[in-house]
Amino acid sequence: MSQFETVIGLEVHLQLSTATKIFCGCANRYGCGPNTNVCPVCLGLPGSLPVLNSQAMRYAITASLALNARINGFVKFDRKNYYYPDLPKGYQISQYDFPIASDGYLEVKTKDTSARVRIKRAHLEEDAGKLMHDNAAGCSLVDYNRTGTPLLEIVTEPDIRSPQEAYDYLNTLKLNLQYLGISDCDMEKGSLRCDANVSIRPIGATAFGTKAELKNMNSFKAVKAALEYEVTRHRQMAISGGRIVQETLLWDDIKGVTVPMRSKEEAHDYRYFPDPDLVPFTLDPAFVDSLRAELPELPLQKQERFKEQYGLNDYDSFILISDRSISEFFEQCALLYQNPKNIANWISGPLLKEINQRKCVLTDLKLTSENFVNLIKSVDNGVVSNLVGKDVLTAMLDQGRSADVIIQEGGWAQVSDDSALTVIVDEVIAQNPSVAAQIKEGKANAVGFLVGQVMKKSKGKANPKKLSELITRRISNG
Amino acid sequence: MSPHCLTAHALLDLFKSSKVTPQEVFEDVSARVKLVDAKIHAYIHPAQKPSFAAGAFPIPIGIKDNLCTIGEEITCGSRILKGFRPPYDAAVVEKIKRSGGLIVGVANMDEFAFGSSTESSCYGPTFNPWDLSRVPGGSSGGSAACVAADEAVWALGSDTGGSIRQPASFCGIVGMKPTYGRVSRYGLIAFASSLDQIGPLTKDVTDCALLMNIIAGYDERDSTSVNVPAPDYTKALIKDIKGMTIAIPKEAFVEGLDPEVRKAVEDAVALLRKLGAKIKEVSLPHTPYAVAAYYIVATAEASSNLARFDGVRYGLRVSPKKVRKNALIDMIEETRSQGFGNEAKRRIMLGTYALSSGYYDAYYLRGQKVRTLIKGDFDAVFQDCDAVLTPTSPTTAFKIGEKTSDPLSMYLSDIYTIPANLAGVPALSVPCGFSKQGLPIGLQLTAKAFAEETLLRIAYTYEQNTEWHLTKPAI
Repeated sequence: MSQFETVIGLEVHLQLSTATKIFCGCANRYGCGPNTNVCPVCLGLPGSLPVLNSQAMRYAITASLALNARINGFVKFDRKNYYYPDLPKGYQISQYDFPIASDGYLEVKTKDTSARVRIKRAHLEEDAGKLMHDNAAGCSLVDYNRTGTPLLEIVTEPDIRSPQEAYDYLNTLKLNLQYLGISDCDMEKGSLRCDANVSIRPIGATAFGTKAELKNMNSFKAVKAALEYEVTRHRQMAISGGRIVQETLLWDDIKGVTVPMRSKEEAHDYRYFPDPDLVPFTLDPAFVDSLRAELPELPLQKQERFKEQYGLNDYDSFILISDRSISEFFEQCALLYQNPKNIANWISGPLLKEINQRKCVLTDLKLTSENFVNLIKSVDNGVVSNLVGKDVLTAMLDQGRSADVIIQEGGWAQVSDDSALTVIVDEVIAQNPSVAAQIKEGKANAVGFLVGQVMKKSKGKANPKKLSELITRRISNG
Repeated sequence: MSPHCLTAHALLDLFKSSKVTPQEVFEDVSARVKLVDAKIHAYIHPAQKPSFAAGAFPIPIGIKDNLCTIGEEITCGSRILKGFRPPYDAAVVEKIKRSGGLIVGVANMDEFAFGSSTESSCYGPTFNPWDLSRVPGGSSGGSAACVAADEAVWALGSDTGGSIRQPASFCGIVGMKPTYGRVSRYGLIAFASSLDQIGPLTKDVTDCALLMNIIAGYDERDSTSVNVPAPDYTKALIKDIKGMTIAIPKEAFVEGLDPEVRKAVEDAVALLRKLGAKIKEVSLPHTPYAVAAYYIVATAEASSNLARFDGVRYGLRVSPKKVRKNALIDMIEETRSQGFGNEAKRRIMLGTYALSSGYYDAYYLRGQKVRTLIKGDFDAVFQDCDAVLTPTSPTTAFKIGEKTSDPLSMYLSDIYTIPANLAGVPALSVPCGFSKQGLPIGLQLTAKAFAEETLLRIAYTYEQNTEWHLTKPAI
């Protein structure tokens, strides 16, 4: 089976989070009642005319610059003609022969791999509406709220060599876009949609195999699963001597299989031509330069800086930059507390565990950098043990209260007071005479066992360092 | 003289001396409509009562059926848009209302402005006030006829390939297509977006300038609108053309030109020369390709612009009696086959073909290239000439039904007007005579982009030295 190579190309449709739609002044907002954000322009009423939203332009250029693409100075919009009930004008305004940008690339870095995926083109277009099928009433209804949402279509070259790499590309792309702050990239809300082309070919071949087009995938995991399914299918087909036919497939996420889309009676002829309602124009290079200058720090740049500025290793810095808000949180903490490695450990360990368990994002937690740093300091200063510190964090997030309050009210502070500990220590020594005897004979590593017993009894509140001193002293004195 | 017979500037004088009120004028014009429109059929339906809002120009006006007007049924002369009442005013309608304008009615037109005779309207044809057996021209035939028959003092039309100038010529009035981008197209139901331009149809050149003052200007809702301040066009009404150079293209006086039209235009040239203009023979070498290029570009855009009429959201929806493919496709097919008339279908098919893959380069792209060449022809002439003079139409108004079975001969009636649309330059038609049968003849002047003032000045000078515009049809 390994004599085949997988070839994957991805098309991502990204909804840009501009305040208003791409060709009119309607709010660009998700989740409103049907047909509440509509006007003559986005409904395509006769006589209405599109006017380009400059914010959408800026976002598209910013994204393209972040993808290392060449910005085409000549901006032109075309009409893509086809009939669909959710397409009010009978054509979609898109960019055909002059996309906003071409020839870029994205460095796809994971914990252990690194690859460069070339970007063929990125172009601006308007989104269509949404059909809602009412089976009970036997009719379909259209919600036009989404028409005119600005989309940036980002098309890769067929550079991706495995479903995992496709998955990594999507995550990296999403991360970069999140850093730019131009889209919420939420696949569930449809603000990031992905189609994939996949084929296989014998290793060493330069010609492409017959491809399958995959649509209808609603998560990155689904993209990976659908691609894996198709790659397997193509390989089995190739081995059994079958022929792959080029077709468009839909991914059934529940059954985990692809199903062919109803075959079209004839190939679509979109009859592209320049939209006469939108006059082509030339971008001022100074304008593009100003957007370039305003580009925020991107994930890879930030990772390099973290390594340099905070002395972090590859792994820690990678984990921290993998989420924009976490990287920012880290830096806030680093201002308050001069041990970046320790902060990184607390974030990549306990904090990320909490976030994953809660299936949320950092910003949902309402955790302030001050509180977080105070917690770390409490552990550092021996107020609580490392172990208890993690429980304190859980409680902090559950209750939304500060570390100090929780430690104090819960009586979670370590017991370092000799007299209180002595009682427990003596109890434990009495219960384990043979161990005590071994210690007395000089078997120092047996102390650990008794320390553990005391910790258990004190519910983790005993200060372990202090404890081993105390145990040794009591035994040698006793 | 009854108010309905007057020009807008004469009415404004009467208002100034308080001899008549806007209300009286509106009622007078409405009475005229009641009296004669059964014969002319210039209007599809009278507008709802005007609001008599305060404004400097309370002038009765006819509005073409493709200009969106809040609450009015606006249909582009097509069955497919029946029942459509726009929730917004076209930019020009807004301006008319703000100027105090009294909208008399929605004027008839060729379906989606496809035609040169106003015979393709789903409401039936409009009749030429000078001869009821003839067409008023088109597609703004209703707008031209209502002015010529004194059923409005002025009117608005749209001109994609001559749809203002040709009917103005056939009806013996003044009509101007402004520079592309001079008047906002917002709210104009598009035929061919890159060619369409709204303009005035008036009884004389002074009214044309006045109406331009109301409608011209930048509009941020139309991306093709040009951000150049609009001048006061009445300042261009100068009765002097001494030192101006008028170009006569030799391509204009070729076969197909009616000898009577030719004679009238030649007389006009002689008069203009006498009035001090320098006449220069020039060549616009690509003119012979203009009609062909136009029918490619215009129909390509139209096929796309008309795609939105699918029965899903407004206007006509025809549910299929029997589902053959699927309910949706059948509904769209049935709606469009019943909603569009023959000429619309012909143009949609022509345009779809011109844009289809494999033919795009041979047709659409080539059409656009010809368009560039035609623009170049004009640019060259305007280097040392102020205006180009031609007939507006090769013939006077033809008989109703005469050309409907021969679309190509109908298309050729726009042979003189089309180049200005392809080049985006302004052009004006002014009456310059009558045929022996008493049918009006029009003279067309074309100038470089944004030189409407040049057109108005020459036309005004010519008009002040002739009496063609004073003759009225007997209805």
